[in-house]
Amino acid sequence: MDGYFGIALALIASTLRVSTPLLFASLGGLVSERSGVVNIALEGMMLVGAFGAAVVALSSGSPWLGAAAGAAAGLVFAVFYALIVIQLRADQIVAGTAMNMLAAGATPFLSKILYDSTGSTPGLPIDARFQFAPVVLAWAFVLLVWLWIAYTPSGMWLRFAGEKPEALEAAGVRVNRVRWTSVMLSGALAGIGGASLSIFLASSFSRNMTAGRGFMALAALIFGKWKPFPTAVACLLFGFADALQIRLQGVILWGTEPVPVQFIQILPYLATILVLAGLVGRSRAPRALGLPFRKP
Amino acid sequence: MILRRLGWIGASCSLVFALAAPSCFAAGLKVALVLDKGGKDDKSFNSAAFRGVTQAKEELGISLKYVEATDDNAFESLLRAFAQKKFDLIIAVGVSQADAVKKVAPKFPEQKFAIVDAEVDLPNVRSLIFEEHEGSFLVGAIAGLTSKTGTIGFIGGMDIPLIRRFEMGYVAGAKQVNPKIKLKSNFIGITGDAWHNPAKAKELAIAQYSGGADVIFAAAGASNGGLFDAAEELKKLAIGVDSNQNWIKPGYILTSMLKRVDTAVYDVCKDTQSGKFSSGIKRFGLASTGVDYAVDEFNEKLLPPAVREKVEKLKADIIAGKIKVPDYYQKKK
Repeated sequence: MDGYFGIALALIASTLRVSTPLLFASLGGLVSERSGVVNIALEGMMLVGAFGAAVVALSSGSPWLGAAAGAAAGLVFAVFYALIVIQLRADQIVAGTAMNMLAAGATPFLSKILYDSTGSTPGLPIDARFQFAPVVLAWAFVLLVWLWIAYTPSGMWLRFAGEKPEALEAAGVRVNRVRWTSVMLSGALAGIGGASLSIFLASSFSRNMTAGRGFMALAALIFGKWKPFPTAVACLLFGFADALQIRLQGVILWGTEPVPVQFIQILPYLATILVLAGLVGRSRAPRALGLPFRKP
Repeated sequence: MILRRLGWIGASCSLVFALAAPSCFAAGLKVALVLDKGGKDDKSFNSAAFRGVTQAKEELGISLKYVEATDDNAFESLLRAFAQKKFDLIIAVGVSQADAVKKVAPKFPEQKFAIVDAEVDLPNVRSLIFEEHEGSFLVGAIAGLTSKTGTIGFIGGMDIPLIRRFEMGYVAGAKQVNPKIKLKSNFIGITGDAWHNPAKAKELAIAQYSGGADVIFAAAGASNGGLFDAAEELKKLAIGVDSNQNWIKPGYILTSMLKRVDTAVYDVCKDTQSGKFSSGIKRFGLASTGVDYAVDEFNEKLLPPAVREKVEKLKADIIAGKIKVPDYYQKKK
């Protein structure tokens, strides 16, 4: 296990684990945004999912039921979002921000009601947590979402809802119905992403445990040009930068003093900026992204 | 329309929270507690403060209002709101509230303030300072005596002087009992998110354990849970912080570095009630058991008598001044 091979293996395992919540969330973002609905509420959807998953995994002892509950919680939360931005045509950025605040406030509140503890839910025993399954599941979902969008009629509706909603409506498909479905699906995916945080990478829900991952997922989505596989690769890259950063802290690269921790810790973000600015080329958003659809 | 209202609610929620909170009319000393982001159930630092005021409520009959600030910008308005509601004693928990206390306390000279972890030099403020390096020295010695691989780990929340102080004492303690000990040290993040990111703490712990460390001490607030998960899964040892965390994963938590915020907070309530409030800096070190290491039914078996004896000896030497524990704060000056 020792030597470079062991280090490389540990690094790969770490990358896969760290990128799992990002993968789910960015797929969620992809489904919503390709249908024309900006989704900066991903962070909140993840948080709600993480909470729901922790509660159900704790009471049932099954991580699978927990993950399902995480998806359900994210979905229910997304229904509110869809109602506000699709039905009532609110500004999607502002509404998304409000949803994130709502999630950050509602989860400790519910936790207080259930467990009389605002900080975190009680710890999950080891057999109520996932060991490796979410990593595989995440990649299965990448494949599924890609197949769906590229090869099925409903996948095509999704793309048209985001590119040329008028054309889709003219063809007899209700644009807003497509968007409703995608936003709900988006919530479910982000919810599983949150679940993979609370019942896979950690052992309980703790307040604000998403720690900005919803926004990282959005960045990965833009970076991946709103396409499933490039987005997944972007998530991997973020995960890799994070895993590498963990192992570079305190390493002496030159001289006698290690590189300051703060410098090492900005590397993932620095890498993101450099890659976004230089290597990706133009990343074009769906044409109707952020525009509420009104029947002509 | 709904949207506009929603945004407004979001923007003003902290303010509403602040105004709504202090609205009780009970007799006795009115004490307000402003907790930081971790919240009263972080099982660590804020929990300790909350235990202290709860004890004061039960034993001294004070009336208590507490609030958890979800945002660093809320501290000032929360402190001011409590002061305007004529609370007798307002306790601010955490170094990040120092500036807010400095601004608000001079405007309410009749009321008393206390701040945990920061020095604020004002006539109506008591600063509660803990000698974290001394307690960390002892858990470092325990880690040094327990480690079989000769490598120990440290995980800090953010790279700030307070956390460096823990680290420095910890390393010094381990070196005291095993001069050849090696340290792996990591920090979780560069923003306040670091205090509630257990997933990242777990990754760091896995990296340290697989790199040869067999005991890890974490000073990372609510992120500590990630370390404990890693210890459980890899069958290694961890050391908790601030509160006694031994119970969280019995058998995998070697000990906890105690920071008796609860006693300090209780004392300030008691002193204020009996009219003996004094301002200035109160230091809590090993001598006053303001910092210590935890032994209870959950970790007795992990600490053999030989280890405990040696650590007690070190503790006595520090109190007697025979051992000088390096202090990161002094180094900076």
